[in-house]
Amino acid sequence: MNFTYLLDPAHWEFGAAGGIPQLILSHLGYTVLALLIGAVIALPVGLYIGHTGRGSFLAINAGNAGRSLPTLGLLMLMVTLLGLGLLPVLIALTVLVVPPILTSAYAGMRSLDQRVIDAARGMGMRPWQVLTRVELPMALPVLFGGFRSAALQVVATATVAASVGLGGLGRLLIDGLAVNDYSRVLAGAIVVAVLAVLVDLFLASIQRWIVSPGLKGTS
Amino acid sequence: MITFEDVVKVYPGGATAVDHLSLELPTGKMTVLVGPSGCGKTTSLRMINRMVTPTSGRVLIDGRDVAGQDEALLRRGIGYVIQHAGLFPHRTVLDNVATVPLLLGETRRTARAKALELLERVGLSAGFAKRYPAQLSGGQQQRVGVARALAADPPIMLMDEPFSAVDPVVRAQLHAEFLRLQQDLGKTIAMVTHDIDEAIKLGDHVAVFRAGGHLAQFATPRDLLAHPADDFVADFVGRDRGLRSLSFDTASDLPVKPVDGLELDEAGRPLGWPGPDGLRETGGVFTKEDSLRVVTDLAIRSPVGIAVRVGPDGAADGLVSHHDIADYLASRRS
Repeated sequence: MNFTYLLDPAHWEFGAAGGIPQLILSHLGYTVLALLIGAVIALPVGLYIGHTGRGSFLAINAGNAGRSLPTLGLLMLMVTLLGLGLLPVLIALTVLVVPPILTSAYAGMRSLDQRVIDAARGMGMRPWQVLTRVELPMALPVLFGGFRSAALQVVATATVAASVGLGGLGRLLIDGLAVNDYSRVLAGAIVVAVLAVLVDLFLASIQRWIVSPGLKGTS
Repeated sequence: MITFEDVVKVYPGGATAVDHLSLELPTGKMTVLVGPSGCGKTTSLRMINRMVTPTSGRVLIDGRDVAGQDEALLRRGIGYVIQHAGLFPHRTVLDNVATVPLLLGETRRTARAKALELLERVGLSAGFAKRYPAQLSGGQQQRVGVARALAADPPIMLMDEPFSAVDPVVRAQLHAEFLRLQQDLGKTIAMVTHDIDEAIKLGDHVAVFRAGGHLAQFATPRDLLAHPADDFVADFVGRDRGLRSLSFDTASDLPVKPVDGLELDEAGRPLGWPGPDGLRETGGVFTKEDSLRVVTDLAIRSPVGIAVRVGPDGAADGLVSHHDIADYLASRRS
Protein backbone atom coordinates (compact mmCIF):
# COMPACT_ATOMS: atom_id res chain seq x y z
CA MET A 1 0.00 0.00 0.00
CA ASN A 2 1.39 3.42 -0.92
CA PHE A 3 0.57 6.92 -2.07
CA THR A 4 1.63 6.54 -5.70
CA TYR A 5 -1.93 6.76 -7.08
CA LEU A 6 -2.77 9.79 -4.97
CA LEU A 7 0.42 11.65 -5.81
CA ASP A 8 0.49 10.87 -9.54
CA PRO A 9 -0.15 14.22 -11.32
CA ALA A 10 -1.82 12.36 -14.20
CA HIS A 11 -4.73 11.50 -11.88
CA TRP A 12 -5.25 15.15 -10.99
CA GLU A 13 -5.75 16.43 -14.50
CA PHE A 14 -8.78 18.70 -14.76
CA GLY A 15 -11.60 17.57 -17.02
CA ALA A 16 -10.14 14.13 -17.60
CA ALA A 17 -12.86 11.48 -17.33
CA GLY A 18 -12.13 9.35 -14.24
CA GLY A 19 -9.56 11.86 -12.97
CA ILE A 20 -9.76 12.79 -9.29
CA PRO A 21 -11.04 16.40 -9.89
CA GLN A 22 -13.87 15.08 -12.01
CA LEU A 23 -14.71 12.43 -9.39
CA ILE A 24 -14.72 15.09 -6.66
CA LEU A 25 -17.11 17.22 -8.72
CA SER A 26 -19.57 14.41 -9.29
CA HIS A 27 -19.24 13.39 -5.64
CA LEU A 28 -20.07 16.95 -4.55
CA GLY A 29 -22.90 16.97 -7.08
CA TYR A 30 -24.63 14.01 -5.41
CA THR A 31 -23.96 15.52 -2.00
CA VAL A 32 -25.43 18.92 -2.81
CA LEU A 33 -28.46 17.44 -4.59
CA ALA A 34 -29.23 15.10 -1.71
CA LEU A 35 -28.81 17.91 0.83
CA LEU A 36 -31.07 20.23 -1.15
CA ILE A 37 -33.83 17.67 -1.62
CA GLY A 38 -33.49 16.55 1.98
CA ALA A 39 -33.69 20.11 3.29
CA VAL A 40 -36.73 20.90 1.15
CA ILE A 41 -38.50 17.90 2.67
CA ALA A 42 -37.20 17.97 6.25
CA LEU A 43 -37.02 21.68 7.02
CA PRO A 44 -40.69 22.59 6.67
CA VAL A 45 -41.81 19.42 8.43
CA GLY A 46 -39.33 19.85 11.29
CA LEU A 47 -40.10 23.55 11.68
CA TYR A 48 -43.83 22.89 11.64
CA ILE A 49 -43.61 20.12 14.23
CA GLY A 50 -41.30 22.19 16.40
CA HIS A 51 -43.46 25.29 16.08
CA THR A 52 -46.77 23.63 16.88
CA GLY A 53 -45.55 20.78 19.07
CA ARG A 54 -47.92 18.56 17.12
CA GLY A 55 -46.54 15.20 15.97
CA SER A 56 -43.28 15.40 17.87
CA PHE A 57 -43.23 11.58 18.06
CA LEU A 58 -42.82 11.73 14.28
CA ALA A 59 -39.78 13.99 14.50
CA ILE A 60 -38.10 11.79 17.08
CA ASN A 61 -39.01 8.38 15.62
CA ALA A 62 -38.42 9.31 12.01
CA GLY A 63 -35.02 10.48 13.11
CA ASN A 64 -34.17 7.19 14.79
CA ALA A 65 -35.69 5.00 12.09
CA GLY A 66 -33.91 6.88 9.33
CA ARG A 67 -30.60 6.56 11.09
CA SER A 68 -30.89 2.81 11.42
CA LEU A 69 -31.56 2.22 7.71
CA PRO A 70 -28.44 0.95 5.94
CA THR A 71 -27.89 3.20 2.94
CA LEU A 72 -26.29 0.53 0.80
CA GLY A 73 -29.18 -1.90 1.40
CA LEU A 74 -31.70 0.83 0.63
CA LEU A 75 -29.82 1.69 -2.55
CA MET A 76 -29.93 -1.92 -3.75
CA LEU A 77 -33.64 -2.06 -3.02
CA MET A 78 -34.24 1.15 -4.97
CA VAL A 79 -32.21 -0.14 -7.91
CA THR A 80 -34.27 -3.32 -7.93
CA LEU A 81 -37.46 -1.27 -7.93
CA LEU A 82 -36.47 1.61 -10.20
CA GLY A 83 -33.56 0.31 -12.23
CA LEU A 84 -30.11 1.87 -12.54
CA GLY A 85 -29.62 5.63 -12.67
CA LEU A 86 -29.29 8.74 -10.58
CA LEU A 87 -32.74 8.52 -8.98
CA PRO A 88 -32.17 5.49 -6.70
CA VAL A 89 -28.88 7.01 -5.50
CA LEU A 90 -30.54 10.32 -4.69
CA ILE A 91 -33.39 8.60 -2.86
CA ALA A 92 -30.98 6.56 -0.74
CA LEU A 93 -28.86 9.60 0.13
CA THR A 94 -31.89 11.79 0.81
CA VAL A 95 -33.18 9.24 3.30
CA LEU A 96 -29.84 9.63 5.04
CA VAL A 97 -30.05 13.43 5.09
CA VAL A 98 -33.64 13.87 6.24
CA PRO A 99 -33.36 12.64 9.87
CA PRO A 100 -30.62 14.98 11.15
CA ILE A 101 -32.18 18.02 9.45
CA LEU A 102 -35.68 17.13 10.63
CA THR A 103 -34.59 16.49 14.22
CA SER A 104 -32.46 19.61 14.45
CA ALA A 105 -35.16 21.83 12.96
CA TYR A 106 -37.55 20.38 15.51
CA ALA A 107 -35.07 20.73 18.39
CA GLY A 108 -34.13 24.25 17.32
CA MET A 109 -37.73 25.39 17.40
CA ARG A 110 -38.44 23.61 20.69
CA SER A 111 -35.45 25.22 22.39
CA LEU A 112 -36.66 28.77 21.77
CA ASP A 113 -37.31 31.06 24.71
CA GLN A 114 -41.11 31.31 24.68
CA ARG A 115 -41.00 34.69 26.42
CA VAL A 116 -39.20 36.18 23.45
CA ILE A 117 -41.85 34.79 21.10
CA ASP A 118 -44.55 36.14 23.39
CA ALA A 119 -42.90 39.56 23.18
CA ALA A 120 -42.73 39.34 19.39
CA ARG A 121 -46.44 38.55 19.13
CA GLY A 122 -47.34 41.13 21.74
CA MET A 123 -45.51 43.82 19.77
CA GLY A 124 -47.67 43.15 16.75
CA MET A 125 -45.71 40.77 14.54
CA ARG A 126 -47.87 38.58 12.34
CA PRO A 127 -47.30 34.80 12.60
CA TRP A 128 -45.17 34.79 9.46
CA GLN A 129 -43.05 37.66 10.78
CA VAL A 130 -42.61 35.89 14.11
CA LEU A 131 -41.37 32.82 12.23
CA THR A 132 -38.99 34.56 9.83
CA ARG A 133 -37.75 37.42 11.98
CA VAL A 134 -37.58 35.81 15.39
CA GLU A 135 -37.98 32.03 15.50
CA LEU A 136 -35.83 31.07 12.52
CA PRO A 137 -32.89 33.36 13.32
CA MET A 138 -32.93 32.16 16.92
CA ALA A 139 -33.15 28.47 15.94
CA LEU A 140 -30.41 28.84 13.35
CA PRO A 141 -27.43 27.64 15.45
CA VAL A 142 -29.12 24.31 16.32
CA LEU A 143 -30.60 23.97 12.86
CA PHE A 144 -27.30 24.58 11.17
CA GLY A 145 -25.64 22.00 13.42
CA GLY A 146 -28.02 19.37 12.07
CA PHE A 147 -27.37 20.47 8.51
CA ARG A 148 -23.62 20.18 9.02
CA SER A 149 -23.88 16.68 10.44
CA ALA A 150 -26.14 15.72 7.51
CA ALA A 151 -23.57 17.11 5.08
CA LEU A 152 -20.75 15.16 6.74
CA GLN A 153 -22.70 11.91 6.58
CA VAL A 154 -23.69 12.34 2.97
CA VAL A 155 -20.16 13.24 1.84
CA ALA A 156 -18.90 10.06 3.47
CA THR A 157 -21.72 7.91 2.17
CA ALA A 158 -22.00 9.22 -1.40
CA THR A 159 -19.31 6.67 -2.26
CA VAL A 160 -22.16 4.14 -2.66
CA ALA A 161 -23.07 5.78 -5.95
CA ALA A 162 -20.14 3.97 -7.55
CA SER A 163 -21.52 0.58 -6.53
CA VAL A 164 -24.42 1.02 -8.96
CA GLY A 165 -22.31 2.27 -11.81
CA LEU A 166 -22.30 6.01 -11.15
CA GLY A 167 -19.30 8.26 -10.52
CA GLY A 168 -18.05 10.00 -7.44
CA LEU A 169 -15.08 9.17 -5.26
CA GLY A 170 -16.52 5.70 -4.64
CA ARG A 171 -15.12 4.84 -8.09
CA LEU A 172 -11.62 4.87 -6.65
CA LEU A 173 -12.65 2.43 -3.91
CA ILE A 174 -14.74 0.07 -6.06
CA ASP A 175 -12.41 0.02 -9.08
CA GLY A 176 -9.34 -0.15 -6.87
CA LEU A 177 -10.72 -3.15 -5.01
CA ALA A 178 -11.78 -4.82 -8.26
CA VAL A 179 -8.25 -4.76 -9.64
CA ASN A 180 -6.47 -5.12 -6.27
CA ASP A 181 -4.99 -1.61 -6.68
CA TYR A 182 -4.79 -0.70 -3.00
CA SER A 183 -2.93 2.49 -3.74
CA ARG A 184 -6.06 3.66 -5.58
CA VAL A 185 -8.31 2.57 -2.70
CA LEU A 186 -6.13 4.50 -0.29
CA ALA A 187 -6.28 7.58 -2.53
CA GLY A 188 -10.09 7.35 -2.55
CA ALA A 189 -10.29 7.02 1.21
CA ILE A 190 -7.97 9.98 1.79
CA VAL A 191 -9.70 12.27 -0.71
CA VAL A 192 -13.14 11.49 0.79
CA ALA A 193 -11.87 12.21 4.28
CA VAL A 194 -10.22 15.48 3.26
CA LEU A 195 -13.29 16.49 1.29
CA ALA A 196 -15.51 15.89 4.33
CA VAL A 197 -13.30 18.10 6.48
CA LEU A 198 -13.23 20.85 3.84
CA VAL A 199 -17.01 20.77 3.41
CA ASP A 200 -17.47 21.06 7.16
CA LEU A 201 -15.03 23.97 7.36
CA PHE A 202 -16.85 25.68 4.51
CA LEU A 203 -20.23 25.25 6.25
CA ALA A 204 -18.73 26.43 9.55
CA SER A 205 -17.64 29.67 7.90
CA ILE A 206 -21.10 30.15 6.42
CA GLN A 207 -22.55 29.54 9.88
CA ARG A 208 -20.31 32.20 11.40
CA TRP A 209 -21.49 34.56 8.72
CA ILE A 210 -25.26 34.02 8.97
CA VAL A 211 -25.75 33.33 12.69
CA SER A 212 -26.15 36.52 14.71
CA PRO A 213 -23.22 37.31 17.03
CA GLY A 214 -25.83 37.85 19.75
CA LEU A 215 -26.51 34.10 19.80
CA LYS A 216 -22.93 33.07 20.40
CA GLY A 217 -23.16 33.39 24.16
CA THR A 218 -21.91 36.24 26.27
CA SER A 219 -18.63 37.59 25.05
CA MET B 1 -59.58 54.74 28.76
CA ILE B 2 -59.48 50.97 28.96
CA THR B 3 -62.74 49.37 30.02
CA PHE B 4 -63.44 45.82 31.15
CA GLU B 5 -67.14 45.03 30.86
CA ASP B 6 -68.17 41.97 32.85
CA VAL B 7 -65.21 40.01 31.51
CA VAL B 8 -64.93 36.28 32.20
CA LYS B 9 -62.10 33.96 31.23
CA VAL B 10 -62.54 30.25 31.75
CA TYR B 11 -59.73 28.01 30.52
CA PRO B 12 -60.47 24.68 28.88
CA GLY B 13 -60.58 22.28 31.80
CA GLY B 14 -62.80 24.60 33.79
CA ALA B 15 -60.34 26.79 35.70
CA THR B 16 -61.73 30.32 36.05
CA ALA B 17 -58.93 32.84 35.58
CA VAL B 18 -61.06 36.00 35.56
CA ASP B 19 -64.47 36.14 37.17
CA HIS B 20 -66.88 38.87 36.01
CA LEU B 21 -64.36 41.69 35.97
CA SER B 22 -65.61 45.22 35.43
CA LEU B 23 -62.95 47.86 35.63
CA GLU B 24 -62.00 51.21 34.13
CA LEU B 25 -58.39 52.21 33.64
CA PRO B 26 -58.32 56.01 33.30
CA THR B 27 -56.50 57.68 30.41
CA GLY B 28 -53.08 59.11 31.15
CA LYS B 29 -52.85 57.32 34.48
CA MET B 30 -51.01 54.30 35.71
CA THR B 31 -53.20 51.50 37.02
CA VAL B 32 -51.48 48.64 38.78
CA LEU B 33 -53.09 45.20 38.88
CA VAL B 34 -51.82 43.41 41.95
CA GLY B 35 -52.58 40.15 43.70
CA PRO B 36 -51.24 36.71 44.60
CA SER B 37 -50.27 34.32 41.81
CA GLY B 38 -53.20 32.74 40.02
CA CYS B 39 -55.50 35.72 40.65
CA GLY B 40 -56.00 36.50 36.96
CA LYS B 41 -54.10 39.79 36.87
CA THR B 42 -51.81 38.78 33.99
CA THR B 43 -54.69 37.17 32.10
CA SER B 44 -56.64 40.41 32.43
CA LEU B 45 -53.68 42.46 31.20
CA ARG B 46 -53.21 40.19 28.19
CA MET B 47 -56.85 40.58 27.19
CA ILE B 48 -56.20 44.25 26.48
CA ASN B 49 -53.91 43.45 23.53
CA ARG B 50 -55.78 40.28 22.60
CA MET B 51 -53.02 37.91 23.66
CA VAL B 52 -55.88 36.26 25.56
CA THR B 53 -59.48 36.15 24.33
CA PRO B 54 -62.23 36.58 26.94
CA THR B 55 -64.75 33.78 27.28
CA SER B 56 -67.46 36.41 27.67
CA GLY B 57 -67.66 40.15 28.24
CA ARG B 58 -65.87 42.91 26.37
CA VAL B 59 -62.63 44.83 26.62
CA LEU B 60 -62.80 48.32 25.13
CA ILE B 61 -60.15 50.92 24.40
CA ASP B 62 -61.66 54.39 24.22
CA GLY B 63 -65.04 52.80 23.66
CA ARG B 64 -63.93 50.48 20.85
CA ASP B 65 -64.16 46.74 21.42
CA VAL B 66 -60.69 45.24 20.90
CA ALA B 67 -62.27 42.02 19.61
CA GLY B 68 -63.22 43.67 16.34
CA GLN B 69 -59.75 45.04 15.60
CA ASP B 70 -56.90 43.52 13.62
CA GLU B 71 -54.69 41.76 16.17
CA ALA B 72 -51.32 42.85 14.81
CA LEU B 73 -52.36 46.47 14.19
CA LEU B 74 -53.94 46.72 17.64
CA ARG B 75 -50.76 45.43 19.28
CA ARG B 76 -48.48 47.78 17.37
CA GLY B 77 -50.41 50.64 18.96
CA ILE B 78 -49.88 49.29 22.48
CA GLY B 79 -46.48 49.18 24.18
CA TYR B 80 -45.71 45.78 25.68
CA VAL B 81 -43.11 45.16 28.38
CA ILE B 82 -42.68 41.75 29.96
CA GLN B 83 -40.69 40.18 32.78
CA HIS B 84 -37.04 39.52 31.83
CA ALA B 85 -37.65 42.03 29.00
CA GLY B 86 -37.97 39.28 26.34
CA LEU B 87 -35.48 41.01 24.07
CA PHE B 88 -34.59 39.44 20.71
CA PRO B 89 -31.19 37.86 21.41
CA HIS B 90 -30.15 37.90 17.74
CA ARG B 91 -30.71 41.62 17.28
CA THR B 92 -28.68 44.52 18.58
CA VAL B 93 -30.10 46.76 21.27
CA LEU B 94 -30.78 49.41 18.65
CA ASP B 95 -32.66 47.03 16.34
CA ASN B 96 -34.64 45.67 19.26
CA VAL B 97 -35.88 49.15 20.04
CA ALA B 98 -36.57 49.89 16.36
CA THR B 99 -38.83 46.82 16.00
CA VAL B 100 -42.27 48.40 16.13
CA PRO B 101 -41.45 51.51 14.06
CA LEU B 102 -40.15 49.12 11.38
CA LEU B 103 -43.33 47.04 11.59
CA LEU B 104 -45.27 50.26 11.11
CA GLY B 105 -43.43 50.82 7.85
CA GLU B 106 -40.91 53.46 8.79
CA THR B 107 -37.57 53.44 7.02
CA ARG B 108 -34.64 51.78 8.75
CA ARG B 109 -32.91 55.11 9.13
CA THR B 110 -35.86 56.89 10.84
CA ALA B 111 -36.58 53.89 13.03
CA ARG B 112 -32.97 53.71 14.19
CA ALA B 113 -32.77 57.45 14.84
CA LYS B 114 -35.88 57.18 17.00
CA ALA B 115 -34.48 54.15 18.77
CA LEU B 116 -31.28 55.98 19.62
CA GLU B 117 -33.27 58.84 21.09
CA LEU B 118 -35.28 56.45 23.23
CA LEU B 119 -32.21 54.67 24.55
CA GLU B 120 -31.04 57.98 25.87
CA ARG B 121 -34.45 58.61 27.33
CA VAL B 122 -34.28 55.43 29.43
CA GLY B 123 -30.77 56.23 30.59
CA LEU B 124 -28.63 54.17 28.23
CA SER B 125 -25.78 55.81 26.34
CA ALA B 126 -25.38 55.44 22.58
CA GLY B 127 -22.54 53.03 23.34
CA PHE B 128 -25.13 50.33 24.11
CA ALA B 129 -26.77 50.58 20.69
CA LYS B 130 -24.52 48.07 18.94
CA ARG B 131 -24.47 45.55 21.79
CA TYR B 132 -26.52 42.38 21.99
CA PRO B 133 -28.96 41.67 24.85
CA ALA B 134 -26.73 38.89 26.28
CA GLN B 135 -24.07 41.52 26.92
CA LEU B 136 -26.35 43.60 29.18
CA SER B 137 -27.20 43.30 32.88
CA GLY B 138 -30.77 42.51 33.92
CA GLY B 139 -31.48 46.15 34.72
CA GLN B 140 -30.10 47.34 31.40
CA GLN B 141 -32.15 44.74 29.54
CA GLN B 142 -35.27 45.96 31.31
CA ARG B 143 -34.50 49.55 30.25
CA VAL B 144 -34.18 48.39 26.67
CA GLY B 145 -37.49 46.58 27.10
CA VAL B 146 -39.14 49.83 28.16
CA ALA B 147 -37.50 51.77 25.32
CA ARG B 148 -38.70 49.14 22.84
CA ALA B 149 -42.26 49.46 24.10
CA LEU B 150 -42.12 53.26 23.84
CA ALA B 151 -40.53 53.35 20.38
CA ALA B 152 -43.69 53.93 18.37
CA ASP B 153 -45.00 56.37 21.01
CA PRO B 154 -48.12 54.31 21.79
CA PRO B 155 -50.78 55.96 23.96
CA ILE B 156 -51.12 52.75 25.98
CA MET B 157 -48.49 50.61 27.69
CA LEU B 158 -48.94 47.14 29.15
CA MET B 159 -46.29 46.04 31.60
CA ASP B 160 -46.23 42.51 32.99
CA GLU B 161 -43.99 42.36 36.10
CA PRO B 162 -41.47 44.60 34.37
CA PHE B 163 -39.24 45.15 37.37
CA SER B 164 -39.45 41.85 39.22
CA ALA B 165 -36.36 40.23 37.72
CA VAL B 166 -33.86 42.82 38.96
CA ASP B 167 -32.32 43.28 42.39
CA PRO B 168 -33.92 45.70 44.90
CA VAL B 169 -31.36 48.48 44.42
CA VAL B 170 -31.73 48.51 40.65
CA ARG B 171 -35.49 48.15 41.02
CA ALA B 172 -35.74 51.27 43.17
CA GLN B 173 -33.64 53.12 40.61
CA LEU B 174 -35.86 51.93 37.73
CA HIS B 175 -38.97 52.91 39.72
CA ALA B 176 -37.71 56.46 40.20
CA GLU B 177 -36.74 56.80 36.54
CA PHE B 178 -39.99 55.29 35.39
CA LEU B 179 -42.08 57.66 37.50
CA ARG B 180 -40.15 60.60 36.03
CA LEU B 181 -40.65 59.25 32.52
CA GLN B 182 -44.38 58.75 33.08
CA GLN B 183 -44.68 62.29 34.43
CA ASP B 184 -43.34 63.53 31.06
CA LEU B 185 -45.23 61.12 28.84
CA GLY B 186 -48.58 60.69 30.59
CA LYS B 187 -49.28 57.28 29.04
CA THR B 188 -52.25 55.14 29.93
CA ILE B 189 -50.47 52.31 31.68
CA ALA B 190 -51.65 48.96 32.94
CA MET B 191 -49.02 47.21 35.02
CA VAL B 192 -49.09 43.83 36.69
CA THR B 193 -47.12 43.03 39.83
CA HIS B 194 -47.36 40.70 42.82
CA ASP B 195 -45.57 43.27 44.98
CA ILE B 196 -48.04 45.50 46.84
CA ASP B 197 -45.32 47.99 47.79
CA GLU B 198 -44.47 48.45 44.13
CA ALA B 199 -48.17 48.88 43.33
CA ILE B 200 -48.59 51.56 45.99
CA LYS B 201 -45.41 53.34 44.99
CA LEU B 202 -46.09 53.46 41.26
CA GLY B 203 -49.84 53.33 40.77
CA ASP B 204 -52.25 56.22 40.43
CA HIS B 205 -54.84 53.51 40.98
CA VAL B 206 -54.46 50.01 42.31
CA ALA B 207 -56.69 47.06 41.48
CA VAL B 208 -56.28 44.29 44.03
CA PHE B 209 -57.20 40.82 42.77
CA ARG B 210 -57.79 37.74 44.84
CA ALA B 211 -57.43 34.09 43.86
CA GLY B 212 -60.10 32.90 41.45
CA GLY B 213 -60.02 36.06 39.36
CA HIS B 214 -62.11 38.34 41.59
CA LEU B 215 -61.47 42.05 41.80
CA ALA B 216 -61.26 42.70 45.55
CA GLN B 217 -60.80 46.47 45.46
CA PHE B 218 -60.09 49.27 43.01
CA ALA B 219 -58.84 52.43 44.70
CA THR B 220 -56.08 55.00 44.89
CA PRO B 221 -53.09 53.82 46.92
CA ARG B 222 -54.07 56.19 49.70
CA ASP B 223 -57.63 54.85 49.95
CA LEU B 224 -56.35 51.32 49.74
CA LEU B 225 -54.18 51.85 52.82
CA ALA B 226 -56.77 53.90 54.71
CA HIS B 227 -59.88 51.91 53.87
CA PRO B 228 -59.19 48.36 52.72
CA ALA B 229 -62.46 46.87 51.47
CA ASP B 230 -62.17 43.65 53.42
CA ASP B 231 -59.88 41.42 55.47
CA PHE B 232 -58.24 39.98 52.38
CA VAL B 233 -57.17 43.39 51.12
CA ALA B 234 -56.15 44.56 54.61
CA ASP B 235 -54.04 41.44 55.00
CA PHE B 236 -52.56 41.74 51.52
CA VAL B 237 -51.71 45.40 51.94
CA GLY B 238 -49.71 44.50 55.03
CA ARG B 239 -49.57 45.18 58.76
CA ASP B 240 -47.82 48.55 58.77
CA ARG B 241 -50.25 50.15 56.33
CA GLY B 242 -51.02 52.92 58.87
CA LEU B 243 -47.42 54.00 58.93
CA ARG B 244 -47.07 53.60 55.16
CA SER B 245 -50.13 55.74 54.51
CA LEU B 246 -48.24 58.64 56.08
CA SER B 247 -46.12 58.83 52.93
CA PHE B 248 -49.06 60.35 51.02
CA ASP B 249 -49.24 63.52 53.15
CA THR B 250 -46.67 66.29 53.31
CA ALA B 251 -45.70 68.08 56.46
CA SER B 252 -47.00 71.42 55.16
CA ASP B 253 -49.96 71.52 57.60
CA LEU B 254 -48.10 69.98 60.51
CA PRO B 255 -47.90 72.53 63.35
CA VAL B 256 -44.41 73.14 64.73
CA LYS B 257 -43.08 74.59 67.98
CA PRO B 258 -40.49 77.36 68.14
CA VAL B 259 -36.86 76.30 68.01
CA ASP B 260 -35.60 75.88 71.56
CA GLY B 261 -32.68 74.01 73.15
CA LEU B 262 -31.04 73.23 69.77
CA GLU B 263 -27.46 74.38 69.10
CA LEU B 264 -27.34 76.47 65.92
CA ASP B 265 -24.55 77.92 63.83
CA GLU B 266 -24.48 81.63 63.04
CA ALA B 267 -26.73 81.12 59.99
CA GLY B 268 -29.31 79.36 62.15
CA ARG B 269 -28.54 75.90 60.80
CA PRO B 270 -28.89 73.08 63.35
CA LEU B 271 -25.64 71.70 64.80
CA GLY B 272 -27.05 69.21 67.30
CA TRP B 273 -28.69 68.65 70.68
CA PRO B 274 -26.56 69.51 73.73
CA GLY B 275 -26.04 66.50 75.99
CA PRO B 276 -23.83 65.50 78.92
CA ASP B 277 -21.12 64.26 76.47
CA GLY B 278 -21.32 67.17 74.04
CA LEU B 279 -23.49 67.71 70.94
CA ARG B 280 -25.65 64.84 69.67
CA GLU B 281 -26.57 64.61 65.97
CA THR B 282 -30.13 65.60 65.02
CA GLY B 283 -30.25 62.58 62.71
CA GLY B 284 -31.43 64.71 59.79
CA VAL B 285 -33.92 67.48 59.11
CA PHE B 286 -37.18 67.84 57.15
CA THR B 287 -38.86 70.50 55.05
CA LYS B 288 -42.52 71.29 54.48
CA GLU B 289 -42.43 69.20 51.32
CA ASP B 290 -41.32 66.01 53.05
CA SER B 291 -43.90 63.36 53.88
CA LEU B 292 -45.29 62.74 57.34
CA ARG B 293 -43.59 59.35 57.18
CA VAL B 294 -40.19 61.06 56.95
CA VAL B 295 -41.05 63.35 59.88
CA THR B 296 -42.24 60.46 62.03
CA ASP B 297 -39.11 58.52 61.25
CA LEU B 298 -36.93 61.51 62.20
CA ALA B 299 -38.76 62.01 65.49
CA ILE B 300 -38.35 58.33 66.37
CA ARG B 301 -34.66 58.31 65.50
CA SER B 302 -33.86 61.63 67.18
CA PRO B 303 -31.90 61.33 70.46
CA VAL B 304 -34.43 63.65 72.13
CA GLY B 305 -37.56 62.47 70.27
CA ILE B 306 -37.84 65.69 68.30
CA ALA B 307 -37.61 66.24 64.55
CA VAL B 308 -36.14 69.50 63.23
CA ARG B 309 -37.77 71.43 60.40
CA VAL B 310 -35.65 73.71 58.22
CA GLY B 311 -36.60 76.44 55.78
CA PRO B 312 -35.34 76.80 52.20
CA ASP B 313 -32.12 78.44 53.51
CA GLY B 314 -31.35 75.46 55.73
CA ALA B 315 -32.03 77.39 58.95
CA ALA B 316 -34.04 75.57 61.64
CA ASP B 317 -37.54 77.08 61.83
CA GLY B 318 -39.52 74.61 63.92
CA LEU B 319 -39.55 71.50 66.08
CA VAL B 320 -41.94 68.55 66.14
CA SER B 321 -41.97 65.82 68.80
CA HIS B 322 -43.65 62.45 68.31
CA HIS B 323 -46.36 63.60 70.70
CA ASP B 324 -47.05 66.50 68.34
CA ILE B 325 -47.31 64.11 65.41
CA ALA B 326 -49.69 61.85 67.33
CA ASP B 327 -51.84 64.87 68.29
CA TYR B 328 -51.88 66.09 64.71
CA LEU B 329 -52.96 62.69 63.39
CA ALA B 330 -55.65 62.48 66.09
CA SER B 331 -56.97 65.93 65.19
CA ARG B 332 -57.08 64.95 61.49
CA ARG B 333 -59.16 61.90 62.31
CA SER B 334 -61.86 63.84 64.17
